[in-house]
Amino acid sequence: MVKLWRNSQVRGWAFQLLALTLFGYLGWSLWDNLQTNLTHRGISTGFGFLDTEAGFGIISHLIEYSESSTYGRAFLVGLLNTLLVTFVGIVLATLLGLILGVARLSNNWLISRLAQTYVEVIRNIPLLLQIFFWYFAVLRSLPSPRQSIHWGELFFLNNRGAYLPAPIAEPGSGWAGWALLLAILVTVILFRWARLRQHQTGKTFPRWRVALGLMVALPLLALAVKGFPLGWELPELKGFNFKGGWVMIPELMALVTALSLYTASYIAEIVRAGIQAVNRGQSEAAQSLGLSQGQTLRLIILPQALRVIIPPLTNQYLNLLKNSSLAAAIAYPEVVSVFAGTVLNQTGQAVEVIGITMGVYLLISLSISLFMNRYNRRMKLVER
Amino acid sequence: MNQTRTWLYKNLFSTPLNSGLTVSILYLLWLMIPPLIDWIFLQATWVGESRADCLPNEGACWAFVHARIDQFLYGLYPVAERWRVNVAFAILFLLFVAFFLSTVRRRWVSALILLPYPLLAWLLFYGGSWGLETVETSQWGGLFLTLVIAGIGITASFPLGILLALGRRSELIVIRSLSIGFIEIIRGVPLISVLFMASVMLPLFLPEGVNFDKLMRALIGITLFQSAYMAEVVRGGLQAIPKGQFEAAESLGLGYWRTMQKIILPQALKLVIPGVVNTFIALFKDTTLVLIIGMFDFLGIVQAATTDPKWLGTAVEGYVFCAAVYWLFCFSMSRYSLRVERKLDRGH
Repeated sequence: MVKLWRNSQVRGWAFQLLALTLFGYLGWSLWDNLQTNLTHRGISTGFGFLDTEAGFGIISHLIEYSESSTYGRAFLVGLLNTLLVTFVGIVLATLLGLILGVARLSNNWLISRLAQTYVEVIRNIPLLLQIFFWYFAVLRSLPSPRQSIHWGELFFLNNRGAYLPAPIAEPGSGWAGWALLLAILVTVILFRWARLRQHQTGKTFPRWRVALGLMVALPLLALAVKGFPLGWELPELKGFNFKGGWVMIPELMALVTALSLYTASYIAEIVRAGIQAVNRGQSEAAQSLGLSQGQTLRLIILPQALRVIIPPLTNQYLNLLKNSSLAAAIAYPEVVSVFAGTVLNQTGQAVEVIGITMGVYLLISLSISLFMNRYNRRMKLVER
Repeated sequence: MNQTRTWLYKNLFSTPLNSGLTVSILYLLWLMIPPLIDWIFLQATWVGESRADCLPNEGACWAFVHARIDQFLYGLYPVAERWRVNVAFAILFLLFVAFFLSTVRRRWVSALILLPYPLLAWLLFYGGSWGLETVETSQWGGLFLTLVIAGIGITASFPLGILLALGRRSELIVIRSLSIGFIEIIRGVPLISVLFMASVMLPLFLPEGVNFDKLMRALIGITLFQSAYMAEVVRGGLQAIPKGQFEAAESLGLGYWRTMQKIILPQALKLVIPGVVNTFIALFKDTTLVLIIGMFDFLGIVQAATTDPKWLGTAVEGYVFCAAVYWLFCFSMSRYSLRVERKLDRGH
């Protein structure tokens, strides 16, 4: 027996068996407790509640939603809001982070010190505090709708949100959409041709500028031919609040501002580390080839730095997604606040609700990391 | 003089573009800094009874912070019992001083901090024996509660994270899969959902009659959450240890635990000190999330105080004060980690 115990393989199996039994027992007893508790408290189980009427309103929804919609619909509304915040946050944070990271390495002492101060200050203050600051101290303290800060009759900012003119499509404006589609198609072909030409002759083609021009010019042309079938709906003060136009509620603004400012400070450090990881000889070589500073950065440094940057950047994107759940504290209706908050309180079905919420985050996390892994593989150094 | 000029030229005015940037930034700073100093110091009101006392001055209303500072520090902890909190933190402070001053008996001091001290602190905070009045955890609050959550979270998630990292690198498939499953699931979901789970779902999973109090549940949630992140940091260190070290330990006849304890972990942990401290900082900042499940930590109590009708309109001052305190803690932690990193760097 002692001899058997001395055998590390046997011991390993015994240990694992023990762990598995413990895990199984734990799982079973938790499940058992759950069943007893649920019956005692009279909480129903199952996912049937998703089809029942929700009976509560949501202040901001990207798809049709009313109080008579179902809980399932409410979940979808929350999910879309989460995705909206995450998407906008990622775009803004990446832009700002890139600028800050490059500024941090600027040979202008003042600029690099300013960028460093920003990073050190923002990173060391809890995100929730920053969200509260933007929401309660800044946006909710703006003047009331009647005393809005405004820019002509187009743009209004007050404690109920920001109001922008919204374009209205009139018959015939569909042509612009088709024109845009055509522009994209032409761009794709153009890029292929430009790459081919560069391979064969070494001549570069200003493809980005031309593509951008196409995407603006073609839809404009289409609209001009049709006599500009577009209208603008201006926000108008009616009673105590504005009606019409595009509205950005303060909850959304506070959340996006805080999330992107906070995440940008992390991205800045990642960008800085990535650029510093590129050998100094690379930029010297580029300069001796006669590339300008901007060209060196764009064509030589950044493509190489990206390899170092992408993995930690992915982590920051995932963090931003998860941090968007802090919206629950200021009641912006994203998935945690709508579903794990209101729906959970109304139905009491904690297990199902928390399960779905966690599941959906896991799913989005996995898809972002899958996407970024693929991108990473494409950017990776091709070795022999 | 000449040096200064060279420095100025090289760092601020090397090209026309740089000169332009420097001048415009200096102008912006000149526009922003004096009013800021005015607001914070020169025009501020330091003492007062309500918001009305601050109105004559243009600057910040620090009277708000001054009037509420006790509440910010202790929350709803009974005023007559607050000395207990002070005593506990004073002892901790002395222990830390002893730790940093002594070079030989550090092991003893850290053992003292980790073993008898938490019991003593619990006795002082919660009371219930030695003639101390019981103070329920629902009355704990303010910076005191934040420090309690952060302290317990840090001391509990570190060993748990190491175990999880070892589990993830284990050759035993069951242990490995359980560790990977736990780490990946926790890292894929936000802390709030874990806290919600701990606060609303955990009671459903416990046998009838057994219940933890709210603070305990929040602590469980935070510890589990951060231990998954800690595990990934530690795993990075484990992976950086060359295979030869494992083989050498094995050929010396050391078992698994001995190998880990004497050979691998001391090297691996040293490598990942920056990552570990970053996780601590993240945990410290994440303690603010407990306010969402209805506890009044430092941020929670400041937030609640800003809605007091007597002090309406002082939200900015409250948040700025709160931010300064959090910043001080996090910034000093990151500086400390930089120092340790440099000290431990053997320059291999």
